[in-house]
Amino acid sequence: MELENLRHGTELIKRGFARMQKGGVIMDVTNPEQARIAEEAGAVAVMALQAVPADIRKAGGVARMADPEIVAQIIDTVTIPVMAKARIGHFVEAEILESLGADMVDESEVLTPADEMYHIDKTGFTVPFVCGARNLGEALRRINEGAAMIRTKGEAGTGDVREAVRHMKKIMGEVRELSGKDKEELIKVARDIEAPIELVLESADLQRLPVVNFAAGGVATPADAALMMRLGADGVFVGSGIFKAENPEMMAKAVVEAVNNYDNPEKLAEISRGIGSGMKGMSADTIPPEEALQTRGW
Amino acid sequence: MRIGIMAIQGDVSEHVDAVERALCERGIGGEVLEIRHEGIVPRCDAVILPGGESTTLGRLIEREGIAGEIQNAAKDGIPVLGTCAGLILVATRGDEQVHKTHQHLLGLMDVKVNRNAFGRQRESFEVDLDLPFLDSPYTAIFIRAPAIMDAGPEVDVLSTINGRIVAARQKNVLALAFHPELTPDLRLHHYFLDMISVT
Repeated sequence: MELENLRHGTELIKRGFARMQKGGVIMDVTNPEQARIAEEAGAVAVMALQAVPADIRKAGGVARMADPEIVAQIIDTVTIPVMAKARIGHFVEAEILESLGADMVDESEVLTPADEMYHIDKTGFTVPFVCGARNLGEALRRINEGAAMIRTKGEAGTGDVREAVRHMKKIMGEVRELSGKDKEELIKVARDIEAPIELVLESADLQRLPVVNFAAGGVATPADAALMMRLGADGVFVGSGIFKAENPEMMAKAVVEAVNNYDNPEKLAEISRGIGSGMKGMSADTIPPEEALQTRGW
Repeated sequence: MRIGIMAIQGDVSEHVDAVERALCERGIGGEVLEIRHEGIVPRCDAVILPGGESTTLGRLIEREGIAGEIQNAAKDGIPVLGTCAGLILVATRGDEQVHKTHQHLLGLMDVKVNRNAFGRQRESFEVDLDLPFLDSPYTAIFIRAPAIMDAGPEVDVLSTINGRIVAARQKNVLALAFHPELTPDLRLHHYFLDMISVT
């Protein structure tokens, strides 16, 4: 077998990578030490970024891709996949992360958008992308641009799970509504939600999104993670929730175990005991609309 | 016939679908059980360890008490299929990366594995692979795939890429570095189901 016969970066490989993350927890980390804690706790991957969303909110200013030096250090530290965030539309940040060896790029609303009109054309990349979405139309537009994985946007950095719940229920509900519709009606749906008809038909047929769909944005406790799994998430991203908790090691391990035992309340009670308090957080409805992260992207 | 699929993490539903379709094609009844906790493996006629993150899977099967049950089942001759991360778990020995993470190995096949033998995600690939028991090539999907670097005398090497072993069998244990569950081609699942009746 010759190496030149190998085909890289196909859709099957990009979507396949996302499938391997299912049932897992992906944790935000800002340095190699945190990455090691996440790996030790059983995270399936880590997300490298400059500051966790709660600190990005506090700091204000422009939030960009993480320092490539830190990303490289994290890649050298752990054996699990390393993902990293690029600004919406900033294809050069994405190219840099790809060249560093990041295993997935998150084109993320948590960072300050670089383009107010267009998301990155993700089809041309070898590295797979994950993108945030609040509803079915947004999810299918991102998939059409080449996203191999979707996550709910939620409201990052709040530790308030309500927006993630809203977005997951919205997406799941919209997919359920597709069943029983005939082709003409589905064409109308595609027009209404501004999504490609092929992807609407595929979602109707599969009765789910055509790619893996994780929960993100406000997950702060083992119970939050289990809740999102009960609502149909394929897995969970935890941002500020781990390293803003009183005891990050215990919280990280507990969230992983909660995702594995999401339908067992006795086990969840045991997992949630004596792990210290979760991040303080802020109620998502106290955030003025202009400071909401979820309205970035479209 | 009961096929157990370790369902702790990874692409479980894809394996469930593939096995159900294969059972349906064979026209035989069968039940697919998801293994998330102890107590299920002893009821299975075959066990599949799917792809996922091997570091995570290794830790969790230990924590959930499933590891010892799979070892006992394999010893009793129950067929075990490990794909990708599952290939790492069935091995007896690992490379430096495997040791670094204190990876728990089940030690069912006398091989040494290299955790990410082909590199990171950007190096992941598809290739048409020749396998001795198939009459035409099989499209194999390798995702941050491991490979077997060194196999003991009991191990049948089934396929290699540039000297790295990507498919191997030792009696009732079958290890694949790629993902037969990600393509519609069910020939490898059929090959595995054939092992149930003969062992």
